[in-house]
Amino acid sequence: MIRVTRSAIIDAPIARVWAVLRDFNSHTAWHPAVAESEIEGGDPSDQVGCVRRFSLRDGNLIREQLLALSDEEHLSTYCILDATLPMRRYVATVQLKRVTDGERTFWHWQSTFDVPRGREREFEQLVGGGVYEGGFEGLRAYLRRGGDRASVGRAAPSGPPAAAMPAHAVFVESFGGPDVLRYRRHDAAAPGPGEVRIRQTAVGVNYIDVYIRAGHYRMLEPPAPLGMEAAGEVLDVGDHVSHLLPGDRVAYACPPPGAYASVRTLGAGQVVVLPEHVGDETAAAIMLKGMTAEYLLHRTHRIRAGDTVLVHAAAGGVGLFLCQWARALGARVLGTVSTEDKARLARANGCEAPIVAPTYRFAEGVRQATAGRGADVIFDGLGEAAAEENLEALAVCGHWVSYGQATGPLAAIAAERLTAKSATLSRPVLFHYTERPAALAEMAGRVFAALRDGVLRVDVRHRYPLAAAAEAHRELEARRTTGPLLLLP
Amino acid sequence: MIKVYVSSVIDAPADAVWAEIRDFNGLPKWTPFVAESRIEGGLAADKVGCIRNFRLKDGGMIREQLLTLSDYDFQCTYSILESPMGVENYVSTLKLTPVTDGNRTFAEWWAEFDCAPEREGELAQNIGQGVFQVGLDALKGMFQR
Repeated sequence: MIRVTRSAIIDAPIARVWAVLRDFNSHTAWHPAVAESEIEGGDPSDQVGCVRRFSLRDGNLIREQLLALSDEEHLSTYCILDATLPMRRYVATVQLKRVTDGERTFWHWQSTFDVPRGREREFEQLVGGGVYEGGFEGLRAYLRRGGDRASVGRAAPSGPPAAAMPAHAVFVESFGGPDVLRYRRHDAAAPGPGEVRIRQTAVGVNYIDVYIRAGHYRMLEPPAPLGMEAAGEVLDVGDHVSHLLPGDRVAYACPPPGAYASVRTLGAGQVVVLPEHVGDETAAAIMLKGMTAEYLLHRTHRIRAGDTVLVHAAAGGVGLFLCQWARALGARVLGTVSTEDKARLARANGCEAPIVAPTYRFAEGVRQATAGRGADVIFDGLGEAAAEENLEALAVCGHWVSYGQATGPLAAIAAERLTAKSATLSRPVLFHYTERPAALAEMAGRVFAALRDGVLRVDVRHRYPLAAAAEAHRELEARRTTGPLLLLP
Repeated sequence: MIKVYVSSVIDAPADAVWAEIRDFNGLPKWTPFVAESRIEGGLAADKVGCIRNFRLKDGGMIREQLLTLSDYDFQCTYSILESPMGVENYVSTLKLTPVTDGNRTFAEWWAEFDCAPEREGELAQNIGQGVFQVGLDALKGMFQR
């Protein structure tokens, strides 16, 4: 008896690969060795017991019967009934498994059978190489050209270049207040090598957009479209993009700006495939803020159970995630907010002691809440207005993590000032942590897992049409919003 | 009963990865979160039924018993006898499968256990992401080609 085993990793979510493989008659569409196929008697192709009769391109004829099909185990077992090849007692099993860190699929294909003595090697090669390995490549190509998504798969990477697509975007016309934002026509170019084109369904609004619009962060030269974060569906991909397929639901949070758009073309390296349990709006609300919370709590300052954490703007976009996640990691969470309403919201999200400090006077409150000890770590998105109080509110050997500057850029701080408490000051930026694709996948994976496990919870209360981006900015800057803001193209 | 499942792809042949992890007393060698480990009663670390007694870097002590060790399936199953985590009936398996395309390894690590209902999300997160994913990431790092 011969046993043949081959396995591969397919860069697509398991649901998408299984949707093709569970159909016992789909192999004509994706397997390069199969010519024609039909299910005998017109039975459904997922009915256990059904028989497929097919021809190979080399002229051989085969009848195979489906013996087992499991949507739970992503498993299909079948046998050969008759063949013009000298194979006997052939039973094969296809099984898929989920690769949980990165939305990929492990495909295991195994069979046992008998052949005439002396022809074992020949058939091991024929089945393992021609049928199984050929099948892996065939399915990869089929998914790449969007064969399973007939409505979207318009441009294969090797096909003729697709045209630019009519779209709209919100531009920064010149640096300044919300009024410099303009909604106008901006076509999305066909994706070049290494690029992807996305039909966007939800766009995240972040404080970094305000800094860029105002000219504090020189990440664009006006006039240019704004925005760092969005979710949507892949329309087409350029050459050398292996991890995305037309029809994939995806999201990103990365420079360069340009996310405030209905259709966008950008480098594919920072675009990740969404798991089924993460919806588009959730993704657009959480990619940037969730990955920010991820690196702050797991990388910049690795939270340990029992740490006392102070979160500024605890009811804000990043603030709520920091409260939820730090609490789940066993930290004691204090926070600052500007109103009583926001204090209630922060408390409901894991902040044990919200301090209402509309004028950024919070050090006394922190001292009281910690019996005079102070906070082990301060996550500070406020910047200049909180600087002096931060130094006061910090515990000895504390860590001040300045990741944003909602009240203005930090003025110079003499290193001497840190000596009084052996304090550490960090000034981290998300995009340095996400630069390596492996790190990005790890961070996004951890955020998605935290969503699935209920550790992070997203409550989108503020939605605006894409054309109303200026209004969204006004509300955000007036501190009238809580949690994430979305623009809907 | 809740189930936590994590899987990943390691860029090395399965027998090489297995050589690293089949040592039931070897957690300090390849995970970043175990400080020290010993096998109780001086038993061999590949004797099914042996108990590893180890200390986490954050101080917690855990005792685990080896239930299955398969050099044929590249699989190791163990239960928790004592831990500070607040879990019961905890059984976990770490399993490797060769990926013939590229001579890599598909690694799976899962656990089933009981706990207080309000702690399910937190424990699933801490065990799945804080232990299993961190462990697999460490293996990926060791075998970077």
